[in-house]
Amino acid sequence: MGTTKLQRVVLSGMLIIVSFVLKRAAVSPVIADVFMLGAAMVAGIPIMRKAIAGIKYRILGIDALVSLAVIGAVYLREYWEAAAVTFLFTLGDYLESRTLEKTRASIKALLNMMPDMARVIRDGQEMEILPQEVVKGDTVIVKPGERIPVDGTVTEGNAYVNQAAITGESIPVNKETGDTVFSGTVIESGYLKIRADRVGEDTTFARILQMVEEAQDKKAKTQKFLETFSRYYTPFIIVFAVLLFIFTRDLRLSLTLLVIACPGALVIATPVSIVAGIGNAARHGVLIKGGEVMEKLGQIRVLAFDKTGTLTEAKPRVTGIKSFGMEEDELLMIAAIGESYSEHPLAKAIVSAAQEKLGPIGEFAETSEIIPGQGLKVKVRGRDYLIGNRKLILENGVRIEQEQEEYIRQEEERGQTVVIISNVERVLGVISIADAVRADAKQLIADLKRLGIRKIVMLTGDNRRTAAAIAQQLGIDEHYAELLPEDKVKVLEDVSRQFGPAAMVGDGVNDAPALASADLGIAIGGAGTDVAVETADVVLMSNEIKKLAYAIGLSRATVRNMKQNIFFAIIVAALLLVGVLAKKVFLSSGMLVHELSVLIVIINAIRLLAYRQ
Amino acid sequence: MTTKNYQLETLTCPSCMAKIENALRRTKGVESVEVLFNSSRVKVTFDELVVSSDDVKRVIEGLGYKVLGEK
Repeated sequence: MGTTKLQRVVLSGMLIIVSFVLKRAAVSPVIADVFMLGAAMVAGIPIMRKAIAGIKYRILGIDALVSLAVIGAVYLREYWEAAAVTFLFTLGDYLESRTLEKTRASIKALLNMMPDMARVIRDGQEMEILPQEVVKGDTVIVKPGERIPVDGTVTEGNAYVNQAAITGESIPVNKETGDTVFSGTVIESGYLKIRADRVGEDTTFARILQMVEEAQDKKAKTQKFLETFSRYYTPFIIVFAVLLFIFTRDLRLSLTLLVIACPGALVIATPVSIVAGIGNAARHGVLIKGGEVMEKLGQIRVLAFDKTGTLTEAKPRVTGIKSFGMEEDELLMIAAIGESYSEHPLAKAIVSAAQEKLGPIGEFAETSEIIPGQGLKVKVRGRDYLIGNRKLILENGVRIEQEQEEYIRQEEERGQTVVIISNVERVLGVISIADAVRADAKQLIADLKRLGIRKIVMLTGDNRRTAAAIAQQLGIDEHYAELLPEDKVKVLEDVSRQFGPAAMVGDGVNDAPALASADLGIAIGGAGTDVAVETADVVLMSNEIKKLAYAIGLSRATVRNMKQNIFFAIIVAALLLVGVLAKKVFLSSGMLVHELSVLIVIINAIRLLAYRQ
Repeated sequence: MTTKNYQLETLTCPSCMAKIENALRRTKGVESVEVLFNSSRVKVTFDELVVSSDDVKRVIEGLGYKVLGEK
């Protein structure tokens, strides 16, 4: 076994040439034949070894079929055929492994972005250790040109960081104290001290890698079908070859049938396209979890978007405060304390507005109860308050006065989200919050329509007016407002029944159920939220939502590529079969066509790596 | 039951997947086998009391596929 595939290819190729030269020179046909036999053995013996190992386990693989054909060819004194078959088979195998590596190259490139060194401060000493040896809480130092080895928070310094490993975006972003940085990203200029929050296998990057690795071998439906098909095709041809030999006594014909019995191009057609497609996506910061997802993504007819955090930036800011019968600052303070535990984007806006205006908030709500889709019931400074939407206030029996209602309506018509604050008796005030629409959202909706998506809907827990304002601004077909998480699931079922396969696009904070129940779940901004990354079928790592159009386009290109491959492979298999039966194709030419068809399929898949928008 | 991943040299023909799968399935103590074509890996779940990881490796290598690593 000591030789490599390449060495065997070269040696057996040279022996074939020598044999031909000898024959031409008419030295001695016997010597020429000896060289030819030598070539067949150099390339053939490893094949036979594998065949014998397989037969021990009662498995008839392609190597057994080729071995049989070679032995038959030698028996027929067709030394050239014997040498050619083994040579072509070995050469094909070598070229296939080289080209196959190309289809898998993007994923390998991702693996190479794994950090390999970490510089930490321990006992006041700077030391270099392996990234997996860093423990949570360690202070890590990263210098220009180095990869950040952990997920963490910047504690000191300032740097431009290239986050391509995570987001696929290579324009460096500025990071300073308090910012989150990710493992696998590279400091282009500057210097950072980072507190390690997540290390080793827990980092976002390590988890993406693991998911991409798993994804590449999750089989597409087409693939499963083709594998079943070939499981029957091969034995069928073998039996056919045996029968043919019994009836016609034409050994040459039967042997040739054996060589083409394994539909290599057909079986490889799907996995190569899928791996190239997934690799391309991964390089652009899009995680597509497997072949089946790849097939489904291109067939999506309805796209349902979550509003907050998906179509908008989810960095809502307080744009107005209106109080009824109390100081505005006091109202803001109560709201901020009440929301202090909440992770909701609206809550964060209120808290940061209060911090900006009134300084640090040292208090927390005494009790706090989340009412999904409505808001919060809290106790602040010994008093009960409601902070949330209209539904919350009305369902708890508090009246909204005419004048208040008018103000709220006005604000909502301007596309503002209003948070109403009341005590148990009356409305105390209203805080208006606006969340800017993502810069690329409008472009995305237009792109999606161009891609032939039948229906684009928006699902939101927000009120009707805000929803309408944003839907209109972006050109969204339909919007459903004031939904609870479980309502989103219901709406999804409805639109999917009406218009075809539906995908839910969300950031995963409160739409995990919808992401999981949709025909396809697509999460954006995956670098931040764990739940979304786990539940979704497709994850856009960055916040650039316009990549969704790219992902859908890529999925279609991949499926198209797959179909071209399958079509081509079937035609070749059929032509070979006909050619063999018509005695136009023999051992060597059969093997040549077989190997060429496999190579062409792989090369076709490589084209996918170049796919862009 | 133990599950191990064996990294092989680049797999080229999907037909070798069936070979490895069948061979390991017929090995005593092996519970389940999955050959991952694109990552050229074999995922095997087996009963360590009946069959060792070295035995599993020997079966794969006996078929002519070098095992580059395991984890």
